[in-house]
Amino acid sequence: MVDKNQLRIATRNTGFIDPESVESYIAVGGYQALGKCLAEMKPADVIDLMKNSGLRGRGGAGFPTGVKWGFAAKYASDTKYVVCNADEGDPGAFMDRAVLEGDPHNVLEAMAIGGYAIGGNKGTIYIRAEYPLAIARLKLAIQQAKDMGLLGDNIMGTDFSFDIELKYGAGAFVCGEETALIASMEGNRGEPYTKPPFPAEAGYWDKPTIVNNVETLANIPAIIMKGADWFSGIGTETSKGTKVFCICGKINNVGLIEVPMGTSLKTVIYDVGGGIPGGKEFKAVQTGGPSGGALTYKDLDAPIDYENLVARQSMMGSGGMIVMDEDDCMVSVAKFFLDFTMDETCGKCTPCRIGSKRLYELLDKITIGQGTEADLDKLRSLSDNIKDTALCGLGQTMPNPVLSTMRVFEDEYRAHVIDKKCPAGVCADLLEFTVVDEKCVGCTLCARVCPVNCISGKPKEVHVIDQAACIKCGACLDKCKFDAIIKQ
Amino acid sequence: MAKINSLAELQKKRDELQAAAAKTKNEKVIVNVSLATCGIASGGKEVMEAMKQEAAALGINNVEFTMSGCMTYCFAEPTVEITLPGKEPVVFGYIKGDKAKELVSKYIKSGELVDGVIPASYERIVF
Repeated sequence: MVDKNQLRIATRNTGFIDPESVESYIAVGGYQALGKCLAEMKPADVIDLMKNSGLRGRGGAGFPTGVKWGFAAKYASDTKYVVCNADEGDPGAFMDRAVLEGDPHNVLEAMAIGGYAIGGNKGTIYIRAEYPLAIARLKLAIQQAKDMGLLGDNIMGTDFSFDIELKYGAGAFVCGEETALIASMEGNRGEPYTKPPFPAEAGYWDKPTIVNNVETLANIPAIIMKGADWFSGIGTETSKGTKVFCICGKINNVGLIEVPMGTSLKTVIYDVGGGIPGGKEFKAVQTGGPSGGALTYKDLDAPIDYENLVARQSMMGSGGMIVMDEDDCMVSVAKFFLDFTMDETCGKCTPCRIGSKRLYELLDKITIGQGTEADLDKLRSLSDNIKDTALCGLGQTMPNPVLSTMRVFEDEYRAHVIDKKCPAGVCADLLEFTVVDEKCVGCTLCARVCPVNCISGKPKEVHVIDQAACIKCGACLDKCKFDAIIKQ
Repeated sequence: MAKINSLAELQKKRDELQAAAAKTKNEKVIVNVSLATCGIASGGKEVMEAMKQEAAALGINNVEFTMSGCMTYCFAEPTVEITLPGKEPVVFGYIKGDKAKELVSKYIKSGELVDGVIPASYERIVF
């Protein structure tokens, strides 16, 4: 790690304060932003400030938060809801959990600010039940804030009241989509519905509702305190502020990072992430989880922001970053994510329900060496069709892992279908383990570790692997001390 | 807990808490253990317990133990941040086995650095 590449706004308190002590939060300026809004700003001022800051939703598509709040403020209603989307479900993403477990009051404060801005006084945090510590700390935080008059009735002696409750999700990926989330909160099946009406007009119990992601909310008290100009001065033309990423996979410094928008992928991987273990070559990084796509070694200099990711068939998503090196097969990676979305599709619309299955089958066929060139065209056209016709964000983004890997690694796909080879050496059905005659000393070790006894040869003579019987487990390759077995 | 009835009261409370924290920082060693789900899973609570025991065994009684959420260094869990009186905080990672005791007997007792220091590579927003 070199210099200060990271800027911590959303995670400014995580790891520094005691999440189970409201005093600890107040000592770092906690609830000042809410106090400032109530004492010095009109709701419309708060919305203007949010609009001017340029903050965009951190949960996926990047809709401007201030605009969303402005819509909800516009509709008259006796009740309005502020919903915190804490249904974090991408493989490899854990930033929302980190914020909720490390700085719960920050999220509560931001929700109350949202309530004041749109004229609502009910808040709900939709959180998955498999985050028990985050739930416990949130419950404690809500109670502490109420005891101090920072939440509940007549906050800080004003006539603004705001209460927050928790709703537990059962861990369905689709419930991170805001309309499915609302359906789930109402006790219905977690299925999305067609927008409009948008939740800002008719959401939870048909009342105006704003749904904001945890990380989005975590930025808000800082924006109120430091101003719109400060925030919009960070980042790129279209994407302001910072983004929290969870880097994992083939990277030295697995962890949580927060960098200004526009930071290059190279900085993230090599400077902040510490590079790839074992001196291997960086190949790609999956951003945005199953809805995102692969940024590759060709994109190392690209500044990371919403638009640059979309241009590369990926998306910001919630911020998981799974790093892959030369030993990873991109077809298998795409198949892994399709396996996930195939399981998680709610089944309501046909393109997603059946399309995910068909995409998966095509990818599976390619990885077992039965794919044809025509399958590659089918993958593309099916992906395009699903993108254009699926009902919600889950379906519309589901083909991204396929399209983004085909964008740069078409050669690798072609090697699978034409040469029936997996260049990365991952797809077992396409591999062949062979003995290099010149290197084999006939130590017999490989023959002894082979679980199916398909290696034959006398001591001190070159050994032979029976390809028909080989199950491609790789035990011989691992054991050979003379590098006499190769996988290709 | 007394209710806070205005922004002025909140600011007063903040100032009091900050003054108290500054005083503690000058007088005591502060040990902050990362205890998010992941920190706990990798043994953070045991680290805290071992450090408490070692401090007691060595008769060091000016240590205040606190916990926090994720320190962001998954690769080096469990992680502990130690602030010696009047000094900058230092984060130590990879606190496994006897390392917890070593932090007390070396760094806390005599300021002697041990392996596993994680440099701060971020700027943190405060207000």
